[in-house]
Amino acid sequence: MPEATFAGGAGQRCWSSYLREEDPDSTGDNARDENAMKRYSVFAVAREAARFHTGWEKAWKSPEPKKKYDVIIIGAGGHGLATAYYLGKNFGITNVAIIEKGWLGGGNTGRNTTIIRSNYLQDSSAAIYEKARSLYETMSQDLNYNVMFSPRGVMMLAQTQHEIRGYQRTAHANQLQGVETRFIGPDEVKKLVPIINIHGPRYPVLGALWQPRGGTARHDAVAWGYARACSDMGMDVIQKCEVTGIRTEGGKVVGVDTTKGAIDCDKLGMVTAGHIGTNAKMAGFRLPIESLALQALVSEPIKPCMDVVVMANTVHGYMSQSDKGEMVIGGGTDGFNNYTQRGSFHHIEETVRALVETFPMISRLKMLRQWGGIVDMTGDRSPILSKTPVDGIFVNCGWGTGGFKAIPGSGWAMAELMAKGHSPLTDEFSMFRFREGRFIDESVAAGVAH
Amino acid sequence: MLTLTCPYCGVSGEETEFHAGGEAHLKRFISGSTDAEFDEYMFLRENPKGVHFERWRHVYGCGKWFHAARDTNTLEVFGTYSAQVSEPPKEIKDKISAKRPGWSWRNFK
Repeated sequence: MPEATFAGGAGQRCWSSYLREEDPDSTGDNARDENAMKRYSVFAVAREAARFHTGWEKAWKSPEPKKKYDVIIIGAGGHGLATAYYLGKNFGITNVAIIEKGWLGGGNTGRNTTIIRSNYLQDSSAAIYEKARSLYETMSQDLNYNVMFSPRGVMMLAQTQHEIRGYQRTAHANQLQGVETRFIGPDEVKKLVPIINIHGPRYPVLGALWQPRGGTARHDAVAWGYARACSDMGMDVIQKCEVTGIRTEGGKVVGVDTTKGAIDCDKLGMVTAGHIGTNAKMAGFRLPIESLALQALVSEPIKPCMDVVVMANTVHGYMSQSDKGEMVIGGGTDGFNNYTQRGSFHHIEETVRALVETFPMISRLKMLRQWGGIVDMTGDRSPILSKTPVDGIFVNCGWGTGGFKAIPGSGWAMAELMAKGHSPLTDEFSMFRFREGRFIDESVAAGVAH
Repeated sequence: MLTLTCPYCGVSGEETEFHAGGEAHLKRFISGSTDAEFDEYMFLRENPKGVHFERWRHVYGCGKWFHAARDTNTLEVFGTYSAQVSEPPKEIKDKISAKRPGWSWRNFK
């Protein structure tokens, strides 16, 4: 029987007990950990189809918080969950709670345009973004959860002479860093994206920086996959639990106050993107970060017309086509501090106006929906993965408009930082780099949100 | 979309007529200051969820810089006031206190 191999664990921990008695998998397998999760596979689908899908388990538990954890992570988005996952997987630290004020993956993880690339200029950026991209390659297998990673290729259009030189420089830097990119001419752009108008009028397409193994993934699935794996390791993912205060003693963190009561911890990771400033304030320090609204929108679904991701930074817009057929469109941030998760309409207009020029065929598309998220912007447009002035508190923030692509690398590096006190991937990304004048200038990495 | 009123020319306009200029009432530290002072001035920001004070410029209008008091969590504008002050005037503070009792921002309350 193949079930014995793919079922993994015997327990039916979340469904009512009658399933446990009837489930053939659970007999003769009682030695297995009752809490181990069942693996997803084609056999599982077949088995469940044969019994009217009555045997699917909940993907993660919904526990009440314990009194104390070794590590608390604030923020159950991609970066927070990935941090927790690699704390468990790489360092065996599993007495971990991930606290989320809303719902899992309901912040920027569920609001981005799902682009994955690592074609950055600076070495320290390329290291962490390429680490992330390479982890995406095997994430579905590693997590036993289909995150629909689609390395369809990402192209960043060069539409001015200046951009050509900039991207050629990046392509050379990427070669030295071991990141596979190359600069391509307008003919190759047109071949890869037949719907593009390369002749302007205002900004003709002069070439592009092409990363063939960049692409997209299903953003919700990334959060869900990590949450399921964390839960399976015995970690507590606690939703609808807002942190209201951070307790310190003698300059060291001892716990957090939440809407579900006080919880103690030895180490605290704050991974809350746009809301990092409110957490930092509770802990008594400030960050070089401002929170802005960033918007995206999708069109009605249409037949497949573009199988790569295109970013047009001079005209401020980027677009890809989802598996459902919707054109997924994003642009730039608003100009002022904002926590409302809704942006100003004129940014949508700017973005769409630019894209209509580059892709004339979208001019008659209806837009289905539009939304906003709050992004945490640093001055050099690079993230902060760092110790803080409070002993035991670590921050992972500042991913700004481009955090989704970095989730696994960010979690990998942050886990190492929290477990060992330093990580080669985070050394350059300290929050104190600004004072020290060691910027990691990526403000031209996209020029727009991404 | 914000609607702001320029305290100089008196024109009310929506935000595309203005340009956001970042956090207000920063005290400038340059040469001769300590690293910590420079860091505070140049990089560290309040970035509050709630009452906030900002600099704005009436770019497509009279061109003047001015100050605005806003709530970043609701986009409510409490008022705008002169650029030539180093802290919000009393009437602006009173207006905020009426709507957000107990508010504080840096050393102002």
